[in-house]
Amino acid sequence: MSVRIFLTVLALVIAPFNIAHAAGDAPKPPEQGWSFNGPFGTYDKAAMQRGLKVYREVCSACHSMKRIYFRNLQALGYTEDQVKNIAAEYSVTDGPDADGEMFERTAKASDRFPSPYPNKNAAKAANGVYPPDLSLIKKARANGADYVAAILSGYSEAPAEFTEHNGPLLDGQYYNKYMPGHVIAMAPPLSDDIVAYEDGAPQTVDQYSRDVAHFLSWAAEPEMEVRKRTGVQVILFLLVFFGIMYGIKKKIWADVH
Amino acid sequence: MGSAEREKFDNPTIEWIDSRLPIFSLLQKEYGVFPTPRNFNYFWNFGAIAGVMLVTMIITGIVLAMHYTGDTQQSFDSVERIMRDVNGGWLIRYIHSNGASFFFLAVYIHIFRGMYYGSYKAPREILWMLGVVIFLLMMATAFIGYVLPWGQMSLWGATVITNLFSAIPLVGDSIVTLLWGGFSVDNPTLTRFFALHYLLPFVIFAVVFLHIWALHVTGSNNPLGIDTKGPQDTLPFHPYYTMKDSVGLIAFLIVYAMFVFFLPNSLGHPDNYIPADPLVTPPHIVPEWYFLPFYAILRAITFETNLVMLAGFGVMFLPFFWNFGAAIAKMLVGMKLPTFEAMTPKPIFLAVGFIIAALGFVLHGMIPLLTNVTILDAKLGGVIAMFGSILIWFVLPWLDAHPIRSARFRPVMRPLFILLVAIFLFLGYAGAKSADATLFGIPFSIFALIATGYYFAYFLIILPILAKTEKGLELPPSIHEDILAKEKAKEASNKTKAEAAK
Repeated sequence: MSVRIFLTVLALVIAPFNIAHAAGDAPKPPEQGWSFNGPFGTYDKAAMQRGLKVYREVCSACHSMKRIYFRNLQALGYTEDQVKNIAAEYSVTDGPDADGEMFERTAKASDRFPSPYPNKNAAKAANGVYPPDLSLIKKARANGADYVAAILSGYSEAPAEFTEHNGPLLDGQYYNKYMPGHVIAMAPPLSDDIVAYEDGAPQTVDQYSRDVAHFLSWAAEPEMEVRKRTGVQVILFLLVFFGIMYGIKKKIWADVH
Repeated sequence: MGSAEREKFDNPTIEWIDSRLPIFSLLQKEYGVFPTPRNFNYFWNFGAIAGVMLVTMIITGIVLAMHYTGDTQQSFDSVERIMRDVNGGWLIRYIHSNGASFFFLAVYIHIFRGMYYGSYKAPREILWMLGVVIFLLMMATAFIGYVLPWGQMSLWGATVITNLFSAIPLVGDSIVTLLWGGFSVDNPTLTRFFALHYLLPFVIFAVVFLHIWALHVTGSNNPLGIDTKGPQDTLPFHPYYTMKDSVGLIAFLIVYAMFVFFLPNSLGHPDNYIPADPLVTPPHIVPEWYFLPFYAILRAITFETNLVMLAGFGVMFLPFFWNFGAAIAKMLVGMKLPTFEAMTPKPIFLAVGFIIAALGFVLHGMIPLLTNVTILDAKLGGVIAMFGSILIWFVLPWLDAHPIRSARFRPVMRPLFILLVAIFLFLGYAGAKSADATLFGIPFSIFALIATGYYFAYFLIILPILAKTEKGLELPPSIHEDILAKEKAKEASNKTKAEAAK
C-alpha cells in the first residue's frame, strides 16, 4: 500500500515537468531511432564522420563549434594522425609572439575548431541574426537530436493558411515546419548531393540531416557512452546490494514480527 | 552524556578516547541503542535519505566549486569545462544537479509524511518548525544554485524571482538592489549568489543538527501516532533501523542513479544550455519542478485587493482577529473587552465574510474609497500568498490541535488531507503551464486559484474546525498490542483460508 502510494506520488511529481517542455506551437519532431537512444545506446562512428563532413563543408560557414577540440575527434574513430591532418587543414590566430604580434599558424590537435566569425557581433552583422554555436545545440533544444534533424529537413513553401494568418514571409525569412513560430532566419542549408560521401551512404537531405544531428549529439554529450556504460554497472551493483540488504533486513527483523 | 554513567568499552583504544571525549558513548546512545518505535513503515526512511542527499550535495558541491568560476563571462564555459575536460566532471555535476531534485523529492515525502501522521503535534512542535526552516533554506539554496551555470534560465529565473521582492512596500526596491548588487541581475549578483550557495548548505547542516537533536529529545512519532509506553514498543536503532533505512536508501538511489546516468537533463530546462543573454528573453520562464506548486500560487493571484475584500477576509476570521486584538488591547492599555469563546473559525462568519469579499471582488473599482483603492496589487498579493503558503506550516501545530496525531484514526481529516496532496500536485502541474494556457476554454489561472483556495482553506479553516469537532476512531492501547492484534488477525484469516481450501 505505502509503496504504491509512493510510486504514484513519484510519477505524479515527475510527470508535469515533461509536459512543460512540450509547450509551443510547432509539431513534435518525428522520433528517429537513434543508435544512442536507450540505456545501452552508443554512437555510430560512420554517421558521426559523415556528420562532421557535412558540418565542415556546410554548417561551419556560419556556425561556430567552439567547445570542440580537434583532439576530441578521436572519439569519431579517427587515429591521432588523421586528427592531426584534419587540424592541419585549418589555420588559427595565435600569439602574441615575442615581439607582441599576433600571427597565423596551422592548427594543431590541441586547438579548438576555429569560429567562422571573430565575435558574436560580426556573426550577427553578416547573417542578420546570430547563428548559434553548435557545440551544445542538442541539449539546448527540446527533443534534442530529433529536433536538429527535423529543422534541417523541415523546409517547405509557406502553406496558404500560414501566409493568410501571418502575411507573406519577409526577405531573409524561411518557412520551417518544426521551428517554433515556423519562421526561421537560416536559408535551407542542405540539398541533395551537396556533400560527397565516400562510404556509399545516400546523398539526400534526410540522410545529411540525420548525420549532422548524430554528430552534434556527440558534440553536446561526448561523455554519453561512458555515462551509460557506467550507469548500467552502477544500477546492477545497486540491485545486487539491494537484494543483499533486503535479505539482511529480513533476517534481522525475523525475530521481531 | 555525563561520563559518570559511561559504560566501559572492551577495546583499549576506544576506551582511551571515550574516557576523555565520550564520542563513542554518544554514538552508542543516540544511534546504537536509541529506542525507536518498532512499527515504522517505509515512509520513515525519508529523513535518513534526505540526510544522505544533503551530504551528497555538499561533497559534490565542494568538488564543483574547485573547478567553477563565478563570473558572467566565464561561468557557462567553466561548467562546460567541468562537463568535458575535468576527470569525472560530468558525473559530479550530474549527481549534483539531479541531486537537488532528489533531495527535494525526499524532503517533500518527509514533510507530507509528517503532516499525515501528525508528527508536528506536541511535543514535537520545535522539531517541526526547525524542519520548516530547513525547507526554506533549501529553497533559497536551490534557487541560488540554479543561477550559477549562467544559462538563459539562470539569468531570467533569477530576474523573475528577485523582482518579487520589489512588491514589498517601501523597502522592496532597496532589497532588490541589495540582492542584485546593482540595477539588474549581473556579475555582482552572480558572485554573491556563489558565495551564498557555498555558505547556506552549512547553515542547513547546522539546522539539521538541531532538528535531529530535537528528535532525539522527544523520540520519533510512528504510524499509529501514539506514544511509546515501554521497551516492548521499541527497538534499538541499530541494527533494526540502520538496516531498514539502508534498504529504503538503496531503492531510492536506484531511481536517482537512473536519472543521473540515463536521463540527466530531463528534470532541467533545455534553455539553460544556452549562455545567458540579457537581450533575449526566453518564451516561457519556468522554475525547477520542485518550486512549481508555489510558483502556481504566486501566479494564481491575478486580481487586486481592495478595502472591502480585505474587510471580508477579516470578517471570515473575526473570532481570531478580535481575540487577538483584545489580548493586545488588554496588554497595552489594560482595557478588558468581551471576547469570543474560541478563536476557531465559525461557519456564520466564514459565510458572511466570504460574501463581503466576493462583493468587493465583483464591485472592484466601482465604489469610491471602498473598492476603488487598491490595498494590495496583484503582485504583492501573489507574493504574500506564495510565502504565506509555506510560512503557514510554522503554526500548523496550533492550527491542528486535534488530540489524535495519526490520520489513520481521523476519518474526516484523512480524505481531506489526501485531497490536499492531490491539490498540491495539481498546483505543480499548473505552475508548469504557460501564463495564457486554458482548460476547457477557461483560463488555467482560475483552476490554480481554486486549488490555492483549497490549500489555504485546509490549513486555516478545515484543520481548526476539525480539531474541535472531529470524532476520531478508537486508538489502539499500545504499539505492541496493535502488532499482536494484527498478527492474530492474520493468523486467523490464514486459518480460514486454509480451511476453505480443504
